[in-house]
Amino acid sequence: MSTRASTLTGRIMSAPSIIVLFLWMAVPLGMTIYFSFLRYNLLSPGMEEWIGTLNYEFFLTDPAFFASLTNTLLLVGSVLVITVVGGILLGLMLDQPIFGRGVLRLLVIAPFFIMPTVNALVWKNLLMDPVSGMFAWIASLFGLPAIDWFTNAPLTSIIIMVSWQWLPFAVLILLTALQSLDRDQKEAAQMDGAGPVAIFFYITLPHLSRAITVVVLIETIFLLTVFAEIFVTTGGGPGLATTNIAFLVYTQALLQFDVGGASAGGIVAVILANIVAIFLIRLIGKNLDK
Amino acid sequence: MGAIRLEKVKKTFGTLDVIPGVDLDINDGEFVVFVGPSGCGKSTLLRLIAGLEDVTDGKILINGTDVANEAPAKRGLSMVFQSYALYPHMTVYNNIAFGLKMAGESKEVIEEKVQSAAKILNLTDYLERRPGALSGGQRQRVAIGRAIVRNPAAFLFDEPLSNLDAALRVNMRLEITGLHQELKTTMIYVTHDQVEAMTMADKIVVLQAGRVEQVGKPMELYNNPTNKFVAGFIGSPKMNFLGGELAKKYDCHEIGIRPEHFAISTEKGEIPATVKIAEHLGAETYLHVEADGLGPMTVRATGEIPLGEHDKIFLTPEQDRIHRFDAQGLALAKS
Repeated sequence: MSTRASTLTGRIMSAPSIIVLFLWMAVPLGMTIYFSFLRYNLLSPGMEEWIGTLNYEFFLTDPAFFASLTNTLLLVGSVLVITVVGGILLGLMLDQPIFGRGVLRLLVIAPFFIMPTVNALVWKNLLMDPVSGMFAWIASLFGLPAIDWFTNAPLTSIIIMVSWQWLPFAVLILLTALQSLDRDQKEAAQMDGAGPVAIFFYITLPHLSRAITVVVLIETIFLLTVFAEIFVTTGGGPGLATTNIAFLVYTQALLQFDVGGASAGGIVAVILANIVAIFLIRLIGKNLDK
Repeated sequence: MGAIRLEKVKKTFGTLDVIPGVDLDINDGEFVVFVGPSGCGKSTLLRLIAGLEDVTDGKILINGTDVANEAPAKRGLSMVFQSYALYPHMTVYNNIAFGLKMAGESKEVIEEKVQSAAKILNLTDYLERRPGALSGGQRQRVAIGRAIVRNPAAFLFDEPLSNLDAALRVNMRLEITGLHQELKTTMIYVTHDQVEAMTMADKIVVLQAGRVEQVGKPMELYNNPTNKFVAGFIGSPKMNFLGGELAKKYDCHEIGIRPEHFAISTEKGEIPATVKIAEHLGAETYLHVEADGLGPMTVRATGEIPLGEHDKIFLTPEQDRIHRFDAQGLALAKS
């Protein structure tokens, strides 16, 4: 595919799919931007009018916006830390020749295949329920009072559920990276007098840096838009305790029927996601160039 | 100081006897080469000495103390791996310094030792680079530098030159020999290449299927191999083994004659033969011939000789260079 003719043919052949994909992305984005400058409420149809940046002013000065921004960052940050640290530890364990390793690996990967809504329902009704949940039962065995997770520690509960969902992904990526570590390097370090802990920090962890970068980047993209787990369990509450940006946009659009405000919120979310992405890629993306 | 002694060292993987029991003495300052075909257990033996594999049975004595159950780092040995096993995320300086850092040496001591090792190995200009930015030969030198700074009782080399191209291999061979003369430290070197063994070793250990076939100086092995395996393995091109009537004449099962130990004549001689292929290298000529009634043989002549395909020649072995073997392949005294 290097001659001018073949390059041209290639472009013509791939043009239809590229055009469709571009329209698919550009039209909704363009409409969202357009709506975000309108007064557009579904409760008062036919009253749409151009109001400039007023939607943005309302959205950005709304106290709920800062609460949900904080929640989003807390959620993303905590889940990243838990999944990366947990993923490395589980990866190290599954990399050892332990009994039943094949089955164990399968079990560890399993949560990734469960739908977020199902995952949230299982946690809400079977595990964290203060009356009939498994955790309450375990607490009662020790004579402890049951914890009402979604009332007393709502954001923590969401973080636990989302971490459980994303841990397998981290394990999968990190385990493959661990398996690609050259055995000779570990042996050389052993000859150099490094113990297991030193080998981990000087050899294994640097080797994993690229894999960790991949995990952080990909998880961040998905964690910024966590929605199902919140919708199914806490509904963003109590108060605003578990409302993230994605959920806030949802409440604007579908609970207050304010399409204009929700569009403005959506655009703000897109901008925030891009800021985070640029920041992340600057910070750790250079690991990928090595 | 690094005298190493192996006593009945055994290694089994499951039911497989990789090393059925090896006894070996390596004197202080000696350059010992383990050589043998692939899968003969030479690398395993080296890894046993290094402590990267556990011995199943037997003793490994370094300077008189049994280290068979010690951790690798406690044995005071350094190893150079076939893949170099450099730490890719560390600079050359940190690669070399790693062992010292683990040993808890002070910054000044590390600096001094790394700089002096870098000077010996011509690495001073590359200390801030990462292994990925180095050529094969330079990586090899870094691996050696990492071994040197720890001031080990002995160096262990695991096929260190097999990843280099032919020209560089010859250079590194000389450098390692030079290094040995300079440091006078015991070195154990594993290779499958008998040329490396012959050129570098003070003492060669020929291994086959985990057993030591013969131990000796290179020329000893060349001149007096104790069995057919050693005779065939040492020397290039391979020794010719001839049986039948000719062997009976020498009162043995088979005789072995090295390609370089023939007199070649176009008129008369003991063994008539036809040239199949002649390889003219300038300094020497290899003749692949078909001897009448004896099969294919290789003959080496010095200089250029004007022989080619289908030429009839006569070969006469040098009588005092004939090796005789019995039916078990063991060497008999020279006739």
